[in-house]
Amino acid sequence: MITHPFTYQAPTTIEEAVRALGGAGEAKVIAGGHSLLPLMKLGLAQPEMLVDLRRIASLGEIRTEADGTIAIGALATHRVITHDQTVRAKLTALAEAAGEVGDLQVRARGTIGGSLAHADPAADEPAPTIAFDATIRAVGPKGQRDIRARDYFKGTFETALAANEILVEIRFPAQPARTGSAYAKFAHPASRFAVTGVAAVVTIKSDGSVERAALGVTGAAAAAYRATEAERALTGTKGDAKAIAAAAAKAADGITALSDLVASSEYRKHLVTVYARRAIERAIERARA
Amino acid sequence: MPHAVAVTVNGTSYPREIEPTLLLVEYLRETLGLTGTHVGCDTSQCGACTVLVDGRATKACTMLAVQADGAEVITIEGLAKNGDMHPIQRAFAKEHALQCGFCTPGLMITAVDFLERNPSPSDAEIRHAIKGNLCRCTGYHNIVNAIRSASAEMRQSAGARPKVAAEVKR
Repeated sequence: MITHPFTYQAPTTIEEAVRALGGAGEAKVIAGGHSLLPLMKLGLAQPEMLVDLRRIASLGEIRTEADGTIAIGALATHRVITHDQTVRAKLTALAEAAGEVGDLQVRARGTIGGSLAHADPAADEPAPTIAFDATIRAVGPKGQRDIRARDYFKGTFETALAANEILVEIRFPAQPARTGSAYAKFAHPASRFAVTGVAAVVTIKSDGSVERAALGVTGAAAAAYRATEAERALTGTKGDAKAIAAAAAKAADGITALSDLVASSEYRKHLVTVYARRAIERAIERARA
Repeated sequence: MPHAVAVTVNGTSYPREIEPTLLLVEYLRETLGLTGTHVGCDTSQCGACTVLVDGRATKACTMLAVQADGAEVITIEGLAKNGDMHPIQRAFAKEHALQCGFCTPGLMITAVDFLERNPSPSDAEIRHAIKGNLCRCTGYHNIVNAIRSASAEMRQSAGARPKVAAEVKR
């Protein structure tokens, strides 16, 4: 039950939605509603107006552009992303992360745009989003701007998005040949949120050695982060078990790990190293396939 | 301020004036009187309120009724056709897949969505699919048996039986 009254509108263009958001009173954007509605039921969010994006059809599309960029509309649900053939083939870690969100019903309604805008520190999709060096496209009263995923996640429920901006698209650059990716997650046994989730994106050279490695980690710290020490340790190696283990061991270096009833900060850091190893192993396997 | 919406539920369109705060599950139960859809936790965890919205299993406690304007909703009341139980309903009875029955409508709707897309699932896939539906009588073994049993019947009758609701892209 929602006891706090609010007004509601569902505009048909992004410009109208931006105007509505900038109007009088506290307004919130709603898409799948799977983060916002639970907060409203608890009284933790009490917007005076909801601006629903559901009628803006273009926001649900997944398309590949001429230069190979894969542009995923903010309204694409976790379910659609999981089953999309292009995403599965080219952005495997993202398809896997989307398939691990919540449960079947949550994936049917929840959207990637909503997940990234809400920025729960234990959400799945931020990990592949930063590992693939994606760009977040936002539209505000002054027009459109692109934010690098690495600069986008600022903290718990905190992003670079301004209050009067709407996240419209997540843009994944084309990945080089011989690139493989994977997402490995330790899920909270009840909520299915990530206690730790690691997305690995690895490109190998023709001789099998590691040309480039990117690791995005979620669930472990206040915001998703790139494990740069581990990436550096893996780059240039043969990508064998020893090199993977040595790199994965650095995946929690320098972070302030979250601590709660499920996992202490020490245990979380341990989990990050274990799941980093698993993600890197599978990513390299796929890069070699 | 009330909004005029028309939601098609089990094949019938219901134009109503509703407040934006009204949840889809409240619309179904209180506005339309369709009480087969249950409210368990009201926090999108237990899945008792699961209905099909445009062919996709959805927790009706985590969707505003105004968001369902123009959508096709199927509730547990809409599964049987002309008095013929849906295979999932027969399978739940045959396999004793319920005790108190509170979670049953939600589980059956989730299973229908899942089986329409994955007609020959493994037990592991079935268990993954029903992660969003909690049964507190701890009857999961028989629930998995029932979904497996229904999948066999649904494969056999696939041509003869229309889909409950095709997935609609909006």
